[in-house]
Amino acid sequence: MKIHEYQAKELLRKFGVVTPRGKACFSVDEAVEAARELGGSVWVVKAQIHAGGRGKGGGVKLARSLDEVRTIAGQILGMQLVTHQTGAGGQKVRRLLIEEGADIKKEYYVAALTDRATQKVAMMASSEGGMDIEEVAHNTPEKIIKVFVDPQVGLTDAQAQQLAKGIGVPDASLAQAVDTLKKLYTCYMETDASLAEINPLILEGSGNIKALDAKFNFDSNALYRHPEIVEYRDLDEEDADEIEASKFDLAYISLDGNIGCLVNGAGLAMATMDTIKLFGAEPANFLDVGGGATTEKVTEAFKIMLKNPKVKGILVNIFGGIMRCDTIATGVVAAAKEVKLSVPLVVRMKGTNEDLGKQILKDSGLPIIAADTMAEAATKIVAAVK
Amino acid sequence: MSILINKNTKVITQGITGKTGQFHTEKCIEYANGKKCFVAGVNPKKAGEKIFDVPIYASVKEAKAETGATVSVIYVPPAGAADAIWEACEADLDLAICITEGIPVRDMLMVRNKMKAKEAAGGKKTLLLGPNCPGLITPDEIKIGIMPGHIHRKGRIGVVSRSGTLTYEAVAQLTEIGLGQSSAVGIGGDPINGLKHIDVMQMFNDDPETDAVIMIGEIGGPDEADAARWCKDNMKKPVVGFIAGVTAPAGKRMGHAGALISGGADTADAKLAIMEECGFKVTRNPSEMGRLLKSLL
Repeated sequence: MKIHEYQAKELLRKFGVVTPRGKACFSVDEAVEAARELGGSVWVVKAQIHAGGRGKGGGVKLARSLDEVRTIAGQILGMQLVTHQTGAGGQKVRRLLIEEGADIKKEYYVAALTDRATQKVAMMASSEGGMDIEEVAHNTPEKIIKVFVDPQVGLTDAQAQQLAKGIGVPDASLAQAVDTLKKLYTCYMETDASLAEINPLILEGSGNIKALDAKFNFDSNALYRHPEIVEYRDLDEEDADEIEASKFDLAYISLDGNIGCLVNGAGLAMATMDTIKLFGAEPANFLDVGGGATTEKVTEAFKIMLKNPKVKGILVNIFGGIMRCDTIATGVVAAAKEVKLSVPLVVRMKGTNEDLGKQILKDSGLPIIAADTMAEAATKIVAAVK
Repeated sequence: MSILINKNTKVITQGITGKTGQFHTEKCIEYANGKKCFVAGVNPKKAGEKIFDVPIYASVKEAKAETGATVSVIYVPPAGAADAIWEACEADLDLAICITEGIPVRDMLMVRNKMKAKEAAGGKKTLLLGPNCPGLITPDEIKIGIMPGHIHRKGRIGVVSRSGTLTYEAVAQLTEIGLGQSSAVGIGGDPINGLKHIDVMQMFNDDPETDAVIMIGEIGGPDEADAARWCKDNMKKPVVGFIAGVTAPAGKRMGHAGALISGGADTADAKLAIMEECGFKVTRNPSEMGRLLKSLL
């Protein structure tokens, strides 16, 4: 689960990390009022969407008067902000963060994430803050420093110093940087984050260290123990169909192709999508119905797939293990009838009670195309939609 | 022979009294030598009772002491599953197989580091399979986990995969063309897990009754590439490789917590290329895994 920048900073402040003062706003009037309350003569108006690259897309601007705050807030609020992460359609801006200006002397990058290979927490830092870290990693990998933290021990002073010194934090600010890194680590662990990134972490003219921008991802398996983080969820930032699917315990992701797929198991679902591509078409979605696919679940899955106007055909691929093929076949027939299916449907079933399942499909009187292998199913659905 | 388990293995079931645990324990007992293999269950609140004729003990330690079991299978719900893994490790079992899906990553990080610290201090090493895995099977001898037993057939091909149904797909293709399996192992779809592809490939390499292997992977993480590089220098048997997720977009979690493209090196295309370089016969058509393997024998 992702959260907004202002929420990420709120979390960081809870753990003692210093950030600029600021306020989240939902209207232009609120934005002006927030700027007035903050005081000073420079404010930053920041679009709050989950995608990165907001600055380049025109979603982050400096205002030097309250009038300018009003003008800029009016421009940004409600705009379709297009960044390299939003896709061409962009994302509508519904929230703003109004912040006091900062006196930036130097920008750094720091982050915490879980490293699969070492099974430790990787703390990363770079002197190249404020930039896209993927680019830094690609062009100048030597400018990224990493330490691996044993979660039984935590981030040690020595490790934090190694990072802070490695990215060139001046001696006078070293203690503050070490402290910030340790707080970031604690925040990462205690919130069950899967990514906690401060980019940039700035050194101010006064020598202070502050988190100027922040990004968090959370482990969805652990959200049950963090109601305070679930509160941060912003459904406007998520795909409506994916939200609908999750209510029925379906893992659904919409894609750009025209063949809907309904599969049991994540690995088999990906393999089915790949087979469709191999035979010359593109999948319209990833959809894993999981282990216990009831008639209700299959019907909902059909409805969700068919909401996508690009879908010109559906491929169902089920490997009946514990779940029996006849149960699935009954579900598919009921679903096809309920949604009055009007696009070609290819069903491939394998495993437990395979013959019984095939018979049910045949007896249904529906124009269902049967297939024995994934390759045959893909060939048939690709032919049917052309 | 086979890897990790055989008809003489004695198994403790942690979470035997829950709905999932009961359902699958019954199927495991029915399969091949299961009645002799599944010797104990654990539930502190129901110690002294029996389920499917299997005695329930208060702890793994006690179950081990009473029955001589060396392996456990875990169906405990996510919030308590990492503790269950640690209990199996503290009882010095040889192998813990965790079926549970949805364990918080932090819990897995903590327990894996605790397990490694125990080993480093000279304690016994307990292997972990999973979590979020279908388990493993040695056909006609023993099945520990949630895979459908009847699609398997005894033979000399090893299968290793992260995903459940994709493993069944490979197994069914092999069985259909008359090739049986020595063992089929599901290592699970989570980012922090126990045995990895490389570990299972080493075991298949050392197993005199395995002639060839199908290795199936997914997008996300470095494991398949690590295994392929090891195989390049050490594997004496032919390997067929497939990676699911050529069409998966970056940054989206494809069902499995671990199936997420995070950098450039963990895409399906990148992994397929490395596997091919390292001498695997790779296919982009998952319907061809079985036939491709047969062509190598």
